[in-house]
Parts: sequence; structure tokens; C-alpha cells
Amino acid sequence: MKAKGLGFYLLLLPFVLWFVLLIVLPHLQMFELSLIKRDYAAGDSIGMYQYQQFFEEPLYWRTLVRTVWMSLLATFITLLVSFPVAFFIAKVAKGKSKRLLLLSCLLPFWVSELVRTYGWMILLRESGVISQGLLALGLTDQPIEFLYNDVSMLIGLVYTSMLFMVVPLVSTLEGLDQSLIEAGYDLGGNGWNVTHSIIVPYAMPGIVSGCIMVFMLCLGNYLTPRLLGGKDSLWFTEQIFTQFITRFNWELGAAFGGVLLVVSSLVVSLGLKLSGQSFSRTLGR
Amino acid sequence: MLHQLRGPAKSLYQFYMVGFLVFLALPLSIVAVFAFNDSLFAALPWQGFTLDWFVGQTEPKLGIFYDEGLLSSIGVSASIACLVTLLSLVLATANAWLFIRFDFPGKNWLYIGLLLPLVIPGVILGVAILVASSSLANSVEDVWGWELEWLRPGFILVVIGQVAFITTISTLVVLARLRKFDFSLEEAALNLGAGPWVAFVTVVLPFLMPALIGAAVVSFLMSFENFNTTLMLVGSDAPLTIAMYDRLREGSTPVLNAVSLLLMLGSAVIALTSMLFSGDKDVSSK
Repeated sequence: MKAKGLGFYLLLLPFVLWFVLLIVLPHLQMFELSLIKRDYAAGDSIGMYQYQQFFEEPLYWRTLVRTVWMSLLATFITLLVSFPVAFFIAKVAKGKSKRLLLLSCLLPFWVSELVRTYGWMILLRESGVISQGLLALGLTDQPIEFLYNDVSMLIGLVYTSMLFMVVPLVSTLEGLDQSLIEAGYDLGGNGWNVTHSIIVPYAMPGIVSGCIMVFMLCLGNYLTPRLLGGKDSLWFTEQIFTQFITRFNWELGAAFGGVLLVVSSLVVSLGLKLSGQSFSRTLGR
Repeated sequence: MLHQLRGPAKSLYQFYMVGFLVFLALPLSIVAVFAFNDSLFAALPWQGFTLDWFVGQTEPKLGIFYDEGLLSSIGVSASIACLVTLLSLVLATANAWLFIRFDFPGKNWLYIGLLLPLVIPGVILGVAILVASSSLANSVEDVWGWELEWLRPGFILVVIGQVAFITTISTLVVLARLRKFDFSLEEAALNLGAGPWVAFVTVVLPFLMPALIGAAVVSFLMSFENFNTTLMLVGSDAPLTIAMYDRLREGSTPVLNAVSLLLMLGSAVIALTSMLFSGDKDVSSK
């Protein structure tokens, strides 16, 4: 590689500007804001007051726990649903049908999440297609509300983040040598043994990167829980939105943002550690 | 376990795949179909075929081509997306070149920094940028008494927020291509008397073109459909996703289905063309 001249620093400049001004500084300022307690009589003071609020109000931390739990559940379901699909695309389908399958997995995701969610609303709501269809078929005598519960929300979350599981899975499974699978069978393994001790360990990098992407997308989602979830299924991003936009309590909102960031980093690094993968290799494909 | 299946197990697997494809296609096709239902709500029963949700000129059956509100929000989205694409492409090219061409202390850390926006939830990125820009605007106002309108929620702030994370994605696209570049070609150009800039423009840039087009398409579509970051930074001129979301909450006519159908067609055309385009390039470069 070259010695570092003016050119190097000129190239470094846009990166540093982008990284410092758009990523690092905003988050530091959000953190700084979260340490402030506004008090117009006694003057502003610095401390952990906002975080204390978060832990003392059950609504706040319960929403967080629920959000993390539902995101993990959605990630797990997405993995279960996507794995056979990815295996089919990578190992079973050949030539044209393979390309077509991958393309049909990709296409829905070029459309806005809002449109996809809207589709589920038309399908699932009380006046929706499924409920009215059942009514017309005589399978039920009154319209059924399928929307606004945890199941409809999970369907929406899984649907919306599926692609980010299928693509990394397909790209790792493609490298799996067919003879490894055959060797497994020759050694007397059954289908379960082969899947469990050859295919899944081989696909681990793809599984981890898919799970991290899907988990982050679910955790940071706002539209799907808001539009498909029930009244009691408040999402943590909704809490942040409420504090910032509705209540105009930016200090508490900033603290919520900090908490969500810490929790998501913890879960991601735990996932990486448990599976022995590195951050740059997993995400920087 | 799955590739050697025979008999009923194999049919079951194929049945699963068909079911999966139906699951994928269902919500989108339903949205598309109800764009043609002659009813004020996107719901059964079917009231007959109509094009009113596209070309209807009077309330309540105002079609998308005459709906001023939605049309202007499409304009806002398109201008945001163009700006974001331009900015993130320039940044992506510079970043990719930096990471491939140079070795420097702390490079691995900077690379992690580059990937960081992938694990920051969009809402938080939006909130952080909102906090930072507002506090900057407040300080400027306190010290100099200037009111910097562009640092308040609105068009510019949405662009800034989207550039913050779309840059990472387009950089990864350009990086993937640049890794395959044969640097002796650049050297040859330099030996033949080209300056570094001329060598870059005449040798490297044409090689990068498929990746740049791919990155541009991805950036444009991601910007156009972004919701989370935009929601926190939006001002009075709402882009399409925000405008549609507001309509959706109020309970809207199937004009939303018509917009959605147009969006689907638009994205499909853009995505398919770029795929065909980049596919051809890959074949010819082998």
C-alpha cells in the first residue's frame, strides 16, 4: 500500500465528517441530554434522574422487557420459517427455478413496509378479507377480529423481516458441500442428525447475521406494532416517540433511547459471543 | 435431511414452499386487487371494478392522480431520495476507496464504525440527530441571534438522517465490487502518465459503475420507503410514507391501495432493471 500523502487525508475527511457529525456526536448529545433534570425553580441539574424514572415506572420497563421478548420470539419464528426456504433455494432448487425463487423472496421487500403492513390490515381486520371470507363460506356467523393482538403483530414482524434472514442463510448454505451431507447419511445418521450436526453448524455464520439483523429490525420497528398490535402491546419505540413528540419530554425520551441502545448492543454482543462470530465478519459481508 | 426426501415427505416440503410463496404474495396482491374495488373502503364485499381510485376527480372518490396531498408528498419523497442517493454515493465511493486502498492504524476500528449504523435502531438515529441539530440551532440562536431554520425538523434534517445510515449500505455495495479490482490496472494508468485523479476517473470509475448503479438503486428505494428515521425528523412537508401513515390512521379510501400499487410497480421496474443490468455486467466481466 501507498505512503500516506495528501490524498489519504482528503479521503479520510468525508468518512470522519460523516462518522463524527452524523453518528457519534448525535448519540453523545442524546446521552448528555438524558443526564439533565429540568427544574425551572432550582435550575437544571445533572444526574441519573431520567434513568431513575425509567426504573421506577413499571409501564416503562415492562414495555422494554416485552419489546425485547417479542423481538426475540419474532426472530426465532423467522429463523424457523426461513431455514427450510433458504435450504430449498440453496440446495434443492436448480437453475432457473432457483433464481426465480430467490427473486420472489426479494421482490416484496422493495415495497415500503407501510404497504406490506397495510396488506395485512386489509386481510386481518374485522371487516377484512379473511373474516368476511369465513362469513361468506358459512364457517362463522359473525365477523372475527384477527387484528390488534400479539399473533397479528408477530405475523407482521416475521413477514417484514424475513428477507434479512433468507439472504444470509442462502449465501452460507450455498457453500455447503453436498458430499458432507452424504457422508453424514453414509455414517448412519438420520435426517435429524445430519441437520443438527452438519447443516446447522455449517450455516451458523448466516444464522447469526440473519438473527442479528432481524432482531434489530424488530426491536426498532414502529409501524408494525403500532398498526397491527393491540392496545396493550405498546412497543418501546412508541414510548420514545411519545416522550419526544407528544409529551415534549426530550430528556426522558433521550434516556429511553440510551436504554434501548444499551439493551440492543448487549443482546447483539451476547449473540456474537455465544456463536463465536465477529462483528465485522458477520455484518460486513 | 431435506434434499434426499422421497415420497410424501418430499411433497410436504414442496407444499411448504408453495405455502411460503402464497404467504409472501398474499398481502401485496390483496392491496393491489382492492385498488380496483368500487367501494369507499378497502374491504369485502366486492362492489365491482373501477378505476376511480386512480382517475376519480371528485370527493369522496378522489383518485391518486388528482389527490394534491398525496401527489405533493410523492414529490417531497422523490426529492429527498435523489439528494440522499447523491450524497451517499459520493460518501460511499470515497469510503470504499479509503478502506481498500489504504492501510492505517485503527483501520479495523473505523471499519466497525462504518458498520455501526446497521445496529442502531432507526428511531434512535432519528432522535439523536434531532437532539443534536436542535441543540446546535439553540446555541447558534443564543450566541448570535440567528434562527437556522434548516436545523429544525423538516426536509434538510430528513436528508441528513437518511444519509447517516444509507451511506453504510451503499458503502458496503461499492466495497464488495472494489475488492475484486485489479490494482495493476490503476498502476498501469499511472505509469502511462495519468495523474491519480485521471486514473481514478478513467480506470476505476468505469469498473465500479455496476456497483454504483446498484448502490444508487438501493439508496433511492431505501430513502423512498424509510419510515422510522423520517418519522422523528419530519416537518410540515411530509414525504409519502408519512402522509400514507397519517391517512391510514384516519381510515382512508382505497386511494391508498392505488398509491401502493403504483409504488409496487415503480419499485419492481427499478429493481428488475437494475438486476438485469448488473447481471449482464457480471457475465461480461468474467
